[in-house]
Amino acid sequence: MIVLKSRFQTKTMYDEKKPLQDQAVSADGSRRDFLKKSAVAGIGVAAVKIGDAVPAVASEPAVEGGIAVEKLTVKLSVNGKEHTLPVDTRTSLLDALREQLEMTGSKKGCDHGQCGACTVIIDGRRQLSCLTLAAMCDGRKVTTIEGLADGDKLHPMQSAFIERDGMQCGYCTPGQICSAVAMLEEARNGEASFVTENINAIPRGQKLTKAEIQERMSGNICRCGAYPNIVAAIEDVQAGGAK
Amino acid sequence: MRPFAFKRPAGAEAAVKLVAANKDARFIAGGTNLIDLMKEGIDRPSELVDISRIPLNLIRSLGGNGVSIGALAKNTDTANHPLIRQGFPLLTQAILSGASPQIRNMATNGGNLMQRTRCAYFYDLGTPCNKRQPGSGCSAKDGLNRYSAIFGWSDSCVAVHPSDMCVALAALDATVKIRTVDGQERKMNFTAFHRLPGDRPDVDNSLSHGEMIVSIDIPKNNFAANSYYLKVRDRASYAFALVSVAAALEISGGVIRQARIAIGGVAHRPWRAEASERILAGKKPEATLFQQAAEVAVQDAKPLSENAYKVRLVQRSIAKALGRAANL
Repeated sequence: MIVLKSRFQTKTMYDEKKPLQDQAVSADGSRRDFLKKSAVAGIGVAAVKIGDAVPAVASEPAVEGGIAVEKLTVKLSVNGKEHTLPVDTRTSLLDALREQLEMTGSKKGCDHGQCGACTVIIDGRRQLSCLTLAAMCDGRKVTTIEGLADGDKLHPMQSAFIERDGMQCGYCTPGQICSAVAMLEEARNGEASFVTENINAIPRGQKLTKAEIQERMSGNICRCGAYPNIVAAIEDVQAGGAK
Repeated sequence: MRPFAFKRPAGAEAAVKLVAANKDARFIAGGTNLIDLMKEGIDRPSELVDISRIPLNLIRSLGGNGVSIGALAKNTDTANHPLIRQGFPLLTQAILSGASPQIRNMATNGGNLMQRTRCAYFYDLGTPCNKRQPGSGCSAKDGLNRYSAIFGWSDSCVAVHPSDMCVALAALDATVKIRTVDGQERKMNFTAFHRLPGDRPDVDNSLSHGEMIVSIDIPKNNFAANSYYLKVRDRASYAFALVSVAAALEISGGVIRQARIAIGGVAHRPWRAEASERILAGKKPEATLFQQAAEVAVQDAKPLSENAYKVRLVQRSIAKALGRAANL
């Protein structure tokens, strides 16, 4: 809370008198960076206000609809880094990642488990972070789009998406890429899909057909319809034997 | 979303006690349906009891008596388990036809049985729905009912059960093993687990509050070589069934010894076509026979204003699924 307050009070990134669009790109960073900082500043204001009224360790918890708002502490490993997070029981893993850890790579598309934009890899399995409670992830290992690259070296799936232009607006892309990475791992492990011809004769190191890739990626919706290029990118990675 | 208390008891006994003690408490495991219902405000539990780490996730052979699948095993792991792939491929196919890979990686077997209808009015808080709010009325019966039931519905509710997995389990004569509130174990035939709506469509199944599914047991059968799950939907993948058919045949010496047919997307529970099964028993597998069996299956169908197409679709789907199962 104190950290947020001091960051807000520096006022280096936001001038209230200037129109917002004139300062959309801050001198020291990207527009995205700017938006992130102003969002944090907003939280800072709220936090300070609450902080003035309620002691840091609240003796009486907040109540909504007659039910106490419960806070939990969750230990999460995200992209190899350990975090200890205070979360509301209602917080989704997606919100914890985006709002608390400021990792906005995972996207909130529908927030109802229908689009796949929030796909992350939990303990090796692609899952939907919007339908996952942060409280249920205590001790889990989470990999997000931010954790796929090796330093400045992109993950082969990231490179393939760029090479094949596997996106238009890009909003579904982090989910598509996380999903595709885990999907190829599932295939390597010999998992079947609904279009697998013979579920009891899956060859070791099966190479997925286009139809197989389409079926196995059907949990990730792309409103721009970049599907042909997404499938081509995945085929490239599969052919290259990439990790 | 309303606030709720979150508990993670050490085992099944404690979990059952917690839920039984609070009528507004719910078990949570995969959460793929419950979290969504809570976000929509359709379900408003005051307490969630996390059972996802309780070790009821085994898939094990019952020797000569079939297989037991743990209530907390993931759908993906169940579909891909060698015992299921080899002995009960119908179940593998049905599971893999449902939802998306991400959801199947999260969803548990017990949770699959517990999922609620996707009837649009059930999700629309602005419209009457007897399942969501008993006594308010059914908006689908004379409304948008293209996806609704053609069998077993009542004036109170025309919703259908959304699961694919459950259609296969109904065909395979599964048994649901349940831990009762007083710590006993009871068993229920799978076909008795889900209810018809009657005048209590708010009650989906025969579980009492606090009871917990422990496993689903499937008896040994001779269907593995001749079974097929057919799913018809509005898009090629990741959509609920308009109609689905789980067909299983035991064929030896060129004769059908016994048959199982269950239909999805047509009723408040997976719908067994027992009259059709009886027609098939003892006969040679032929297309004309499958047509006959399919005709019998829809004799009692009662379509609504927008879903008469399902009657013909069921008929054709049964004939096709039986043909595939018999490798015709």
